[in-house]
Amino acid sequence: MPPPGGLEYCGLRKVDGPLFVIEGVRDVGFAELVEITAPDGGVRLGQVLEVGRGAALVQVFSGTSGLSNTHTRVRFLGTGLQIPVSTEMLGRVFDGLGRPKDGLPPLLGEELRDVNGLPLNPCLREYPRDFIQTGITAVDLMNSLVRGQKLPIFSGNGLPHNRIAAQIARQARLLRGDLRFAIVFAAMGVKYDVARFFIDSFERSGVIGNVALFLSLADDPSVERLVTPRSALTLAEYLAFEKGMHVLVILTDMTNYCEALREIATARGEIPSRKGYPGYLYSDLASIYERAGRMEGREGSITQMPILTMPSDDISHPVPDLTGFITEGQIVLDRDMHQRGIYPPVAGLPSLSRLMKDGIGKERTRADHPHLAAQLFAAYAKVKDIRALAAVIGEEELSPLDKLYLQFGDAFERRLVTQGEEDDRSITQSLDLGWELLRMLPRGELYRLTEEELKERYDTAAKSEPT
Amino acid sequence: MNPQPDIRGRLVRINGPIVEAEGLGAAGMLDVVEVGALRLIGEVIRLLGDVATIQVYENTGGLKPGDPVFATGRPLSVELGPGLLGSIFDGIQRPLPAIAKHSGLYINRGEKTEPLDRSRAWPFQPVAALGSRLGPGRVFGTVRETPSIEHRLMIPPDWGEVEVLELAPAGDCTLAAVLGRVRDEAGSERELRMSGLWPVRRPRPAAGRLAMTRPLLTGLRVIDALFPLARGGTAAIPGGFGTGKTMTQHALAKWSEADIIVYIGCGERGNEMTEVLREFPEIIDPRTGRSLMERTVLIANTSNMPVAAREVSIYTGITIAEYYRDMGYHVAVMADSTSRWAEALRELSGRLEEMPADEGFPAYLPTRLAEFYERAGAVRTLGGAEASISVIGAVSPPGGDFSEPVTQHTSRFIRCFWALDRDLANARHYPAIGWLGSYSEYLPDIAPWWAERAPEWKPCRDALMDVLQQEVKLQRIAKLVGPDALPDSQRLILFTADLIKNAFLQQNSFDDIDMYCSPEKLTGMMQILELFHRRARELLQRGGTLAAVRELPCLEAVLRMKHAIPNPEAAKLDALRRRVDADFDELDRRVA
Ligand SMILES: Nc1ncnc2c1ncn2[C@@H]1O[C@H](COP(=O)(O)OP(=O)(O)O)[C@@H](O)[C@H]1O
Ligand SMILES: [Mg+2]
Repeated sequence: MPPPGGLEYCGLRKVDGPLFVIEGVRDVGFAELVEITAPDGGVRLGQVLEVGRGAALVQVFSGTSGLSNTHTRVRFLGTGLQIPVSTEMLGRVFDGLGRPKDGLPPLLGEELRDVNGLPLNPCLREYPRDFIQTGITAVDLMNSLVRGQKLPIFSGNGLPHNRIAAQIARQARLLRGDLRFAIVFAAMGVKYDVARFFIDSFERSGVIGNVALFLSLADDPSVERLVTPRSALTLAEYLAFEKGMHVLVILTDMTNYCEALREIATARGEIPSRKGYPGYLYSDLASIYERAGRMEGREGSITQMPILTMPSDDISHPVPDLTGFITEGQIVLDRDMHQRGIYPPVAGLPSLSRLMKDGIGKERTRADHPHLAAQLFAAYAKVKDIRALAAVIGEEELSPLDKLYLQFGDAFERRLVTQGEEDDRSITQSLDLGWELLRMLPRGELYRLTEEELKERYDTAAKSEPT
Repeated sequence: MNPQPDIRGRLVRINGPIVEAEGLGAAGMLDVVEVGALRLIGEVIRLLGDVATIQVYENTGGLKPGDPVFATGRPLSVELGPGLLGSIFDGIQRPLPAIAKHSGLYINRGEKTEPLDRSRAWPFQPVAALGSRLGPGRVFGTVRETPSIEHRLMIPPDWGEVEVLELAPAGDCTLAAVLGRVRDEAGSERELRMSGLWPVRRPRPAAGRLAMTRPLLTGLRVIDALFPLARGGTAAIPGGFGTGKTMTQHALAKWSEADIIVYIGCGERGNEMTEVLREFPEIIDPRTGRSLMERTVLIANTSNMPVAAREVSIYTGITIAEYYRDMGYHVAVMADSTSRWAEALRELSGRLEEMPADEGFPAYLPTRLAEFYERAGAVRTLGGAEASISVIGAVSPPGGDFSEPVTQHTSRFIRCFWALDRDLANARHYPAIGWLGSYSEYLPDIAPWWAERAPEWKPCRDALMDVLQQEVKLQRIAKLVGPDALPDSQRLILFTADLIKNAFLQQNSFDDIDMYCSPEKLTGMMQILELFHRRARELLQRGGTLAAVRELPCLEAVLRMKHAIPNPEAAKLDALRRRVDADFDELDRRVA
């Protein structure tokens, strides 16, 4: 809980959107936390956005409705926004500012921490390399996730991003050693059903006691969304780097977060850059996404899986675009695949895991994994070209080789990508499936694989397989 | 340094990284100030009467109106001296490992650490003679900074000619040591030291500019063969997210034929800096046989670090580069990403309530970009050596759209444009440098260098480029009618273009053999591809078929040559070339 602060002021100069201006204040610090008592006696929190020449500009996390210029009382609390953190928070539900929302008593935190955190020193980072098996072939084989990575899901309205995230949270494990993730879940502006879906899923798999939820739902004030991911990550940093836990942070929906940021920027009359979003959206998002990783000499890790819905499925929209510039890859969901009944509809080409290269291969997954994935990507890219050609000249006119590619492409989507929501495939299963598909193509096409790899896995299996 | 403890102001307004203070009328524009009790570092960027506007290089949370502001009376400067190589600094040259020692995992505010290690002793070697007169930039002594780099200690460029009165004997000295005394033109005596300060925003002078006549070999085939950079030149790598800007910059930092690398991570990921830090010490420079880290300086102002410090980071980096250039070295600077730097400018400008130009960027964006890239070049140093700085800037256009202001303005000031192509990247064709959107204006400058050493380079380049260009046109038709509807002569173009892409242009940075390509291997491979295409074309003219070409036994070896033939064994490509010739001879005989 914030400590009691100094002087109480009464009366505001101006209320505008989520912001107000108060004059005649002294000893107020930039970014200081503010306690606001509305005329009806209700207490809200806010934060100083700008201060000088006796006035302060304050944003109110729970909105300004009901505040009056004359009867609002304001106290400056002398600190930034802090939340208590402790391992006891696992199994509990909080609002965006870290206050209990589950009717249980407030926590005595082991420590109070500023939600904005501090930048992690890059020279103490440990490069993430431990492969996480999610049981989903499209991820494990083609876009592998490693422990400490920030890998978002780029989705669209109505696409099954929540089911995929829940499946990953349920199935994620390390190949060697035991990995149990503690999960920190932050909901920004999503509907209650979405939160309920995740809670049910965590309950069913018996991990709910290991999950901390920070909920700022669609009917909660939008400004609170700006704090929600920071509260969640403050706890995650504590659990990972002080308590040695491996933490999976799910942030949904980052698009709502960005909209709240845009709202404040507009209210302040800032000059927008693209689509009305403020010019500092990149830096702001980075201050969230960079709170992930592994640190030298610390046991724990933070793996981030932000979810965002791309407005009109447009990947060049500022929210997915700037996210993609910061995160370590992206899992892109494809509406067309979804409509063709493919689950999970992970788009083959635009999806990418940047940390895959160091997490797979010999002694990690399997020696053939890097080349196999590269070959599958290359072949699937060719499928896309051939499909485009077939749409123009007709499938009959294609060369026999091109026809083989089309068959490969269908198998890739129907057999390799497609799997059940409860289907938990081992990486070996996924790799073998990849080879099975490549065997549909002539050997000469597979130049991304080495001669030895082909001998071992293409030739032998081709012989043993009934034709 | 001229501290001004007497000039002391008070904060009157705080707006994120921009603050205003009263009582600083006597401070100079662009002077460094220290703000608040934590003495956060800031720089005066506007003076209006008694009020100074200051950009603060650290988070300003908790600062209050009334807090003190201290003037230092000097501009924002970097310390230049031995110990830069192998180090990692933040945007204002604070060494990150030293900060980690004080404050642990997180970077606390108000950290003050000396940029260079004061306790370390360096083996000083005097070179100037007593009584000799040395002009600015002349070397008076050396220090072996790393086994491969000799650090040359110079008379500072702003001193004028001096007479050497005293010089320390050879021996181990720390940065604190006085290495000698000189008398300047005005007759006053000055001390020589191992390190000195230089203002980051002021380019270090050189005696003159030289023509750029040599390629900066990078080890990346698509660059060295198709879009070469000159030593002392400037290049931009624009591309949407995930198209390979950082990987390309890392590859250039590893394999470029430069003496010194300054790598500026400017508003990008922390893990990428970690990767360099962990990887470079392990990689052996093929030219010196020493660890790559010994020639590298890292500036890391990652995306989550304060935005004002991001704005300075590129000046910090380029000033360090100029310092090594002045010693006579060839330096290559990588800045990833200049767009994040431009965004820092935009954010600061917005808080200053300046009138924006395109997309909210300040109107002076192009001027700043030009000033930065102007600091590249091949020069005659004040000391008389030939040296250079090549600058390679990554550009991150929103949505991958090159028509945005940073890409557009940058392209006016650089002469090499390596356009990353989303389709190539999606198809995992790396490096995804597209051959249609990219160009190099250095071709005519550096062609004579190649002509002297490997005369086949230019004709082969032209031949490969020609096939690639023709392919693009033919693909348009092929997309409508299908490739099989084209005559063999045209399908050969499609076929060779594919071969060039797969066997030559694609270069996997993770492959132990292929990650780097020596010039011998490069020209060997170019010759094979040129020969293959020429012979195939001749064969078709004689009535041979493309189907027969596809069946050639040598084809497999051509496709795999990049992985199969390590750089030191590039001579094996001669044998492969003869094999290609022989295979075609055989086909010719069958046709005849
Ligand atoms: N030359 C290359 N060789 C192999 N993989 C590459 C290469 N260039 C890019 N990649 C792949 O693309 C991913 C994104 O590249 P990166 O340079 O980080 O993109 P950007 O900086 O443009 O966002 C890398 O993680 C890697 O998987
Ligand atoms: Mg990058």
